[in-house]
Amino acid sequence: MAVSEVSFDVSEGEVFGLIGPNGAGKTTTMECVEGVRRPDGGEISILGLDPFRDVYQVQNRIGVQLQQAQLQKRIKVWEAVDLWASLYPKPMDGNRLLEQLGLADKRNALFMTLSGGQKQRLFIALALINDPEVVFLDELTTGLDPQSRRAIWDLVRGIRDRGKTVVLTTHLMEEAERLCDRVAIIERGKIIDIGGPEELVSRHCPTRAVVLATEDALAEERLRAIPRVETVMRRGSEFTIQGQGDDFVTEVIQCLSENRIRITYFRTVLPNLEDVFLKLTGHSIRD
Amino acid sequence: MLRGLWKLTWLELKIFLREPLGAFGSIVFPVLVFVVLGRFAGGRITPSSLSPAGFARVGLPVFVAVLISLSGVLSLVTIISIYREGGILKRLRATPLRPQTILAAHVLVKLTLTALTMALTVLAGKRYFPIHAGFPIFGFSLALLISTWSILSIGFLIASFVPTARFAQPIGAAILYPMIGVCGLFVPVQSLPPALQVVARLLPLTYAVSLLEGILKGEAWSAHVGDVAALVVVFAICTALSAKVFRWE
Repeated sequence: MAVSEVSFDVSEGEVFGLIGPNGAGKTTTMECVEGVRRPDGGEISILGLDPFRDVYQVQNRIGVQLQQAQLQKRIKVWEAVDLWASLYPKPMDGNRLLEQLGLADKRNALFMTLSGGQKQRLFIALALINDPEVVFLDELTTGLDPQSRRAIWDLVRGIRDRGKTVVLTTHLMEEAERLCDRVAIIERGKIIDIGGPEELVSRHCPTRAVVLATEDALAEERLRAIPRVETVMRRGSEFTIQGQGDDFVTEVIQCLSENRIRITYFRTVLPNLEDVFLKLTGHSIRD
Repeated sequence: MLRGLWKLTWLELKIFLREPLGAFGSIVFPVLVFVVLGRFAGGRITPSSLSPAGFARVGLPVFVAVLISLSGVLSLVTIISIYREGGILKRLRATPLRPQTILAAHVLVKLTLTALTMALTVLAGKRYFPIHAGFPIFGFSLALLISTWSILSIGFLIASFVPTARFAQPIGAAILYPMIGVCGLFVPVQSLPPALQVVARLLPLTYAVSLLEGILKGEAWSAHVGDVAALVVVFAICTALSAKVFRWE
């Protein structure tokens, strides 16, 4: 069983992410909500409809980009958009959509000649052709180079700015942090926690760190005296200072300034979703 | 159901013709077979030298017609399984398109190609088989379309569940080609062993051959109502079954 206990609500106009490693049950969950897969049990409601019983109505109001989907090798870009447009009652202008997604000059290209990023952009166009209220994007940027990935992120922000609700899955924590208003961490078919990325980080990984380098002999003693500091580790002239709370970094800086400690290097290490995931599951998302 | 059908049909026809090997296999190849066989079977023969029920006059056209039909069916099975394997069906599933629409579009494409191939074959065969007054070209074409439609339904029953393209060809061929042996084309059904006769009576190709031969011999459609009915029944059963067992992925 891929998914056992999954329960969440998505609000209108937000970008909601299902995050977790491959095989966690993200896609299965999403496909059940899309009406593509029939769940063994439980309740799903989307736009007030049952995705399986009211599949036709649901399909008219949602847009879907599926993981590992393909089109006919020799279909042309404009033909795919034209076919999709003909399937819905109130389609958007396909040419304008292609223009917005940077595919205008690929109108006559065969699907098989498109690059990975272009294919994904075409799939986004097809997901948007019916002017949907909710858009589902499954592993949108997997296998894309960083440049295409960033371009796709901008597109997703554009979708949200037009007032659509976006539900996406990803195993890239950076993607979730940059795009999602809220995320659900899912592992082995269960949701472990739900919340905004920052909220999850401060809930599960409140410890921050400052790394600095100094030759000052008294530095260690002074740094240890800061109330919020939990640990100070020293390697040669490099110190790693850990502590909690929003004021922690400020306090370190104040201490350095008050004691006129001369530093040659300074950086802060803030925990991110990756650390949250590690903490909650005991393993890295890429394992 | 109809939403998108014409668009998808037209699109699939264009896509098919863009595939160089596909077009060769289903259009050029049967025509070549006909011309080459025509050479060996008869050379230049005039209508008057043909015996009314000889192989060159009846058997060969029917044989080629059956080949055209079966190659269409195999191609349908292969295309659908490629679509399934490649995730194309999966993508289509998340649209308002129904499986029946997708299959119907492919069937229409195959019927169009069958008609086109048949027309080319008749043109190419003119040299060896001059069209004489008695050749029921329209009747024969109609009989072929009905037969193909029916046999195609077996094709999409197979296509509904074959998991990968690699299995599609052999499974399709294993089911379809043995039908040629018992369909009455080479050996009359009546002279087959009783067990095989039963098998033959269950296969749509038997009725297709009977219909095609009959029409070619100049028999009336009324004499072949049974054949047409059998082909329609096969179509109905296979269509109903395939809707039940259809797999998107």
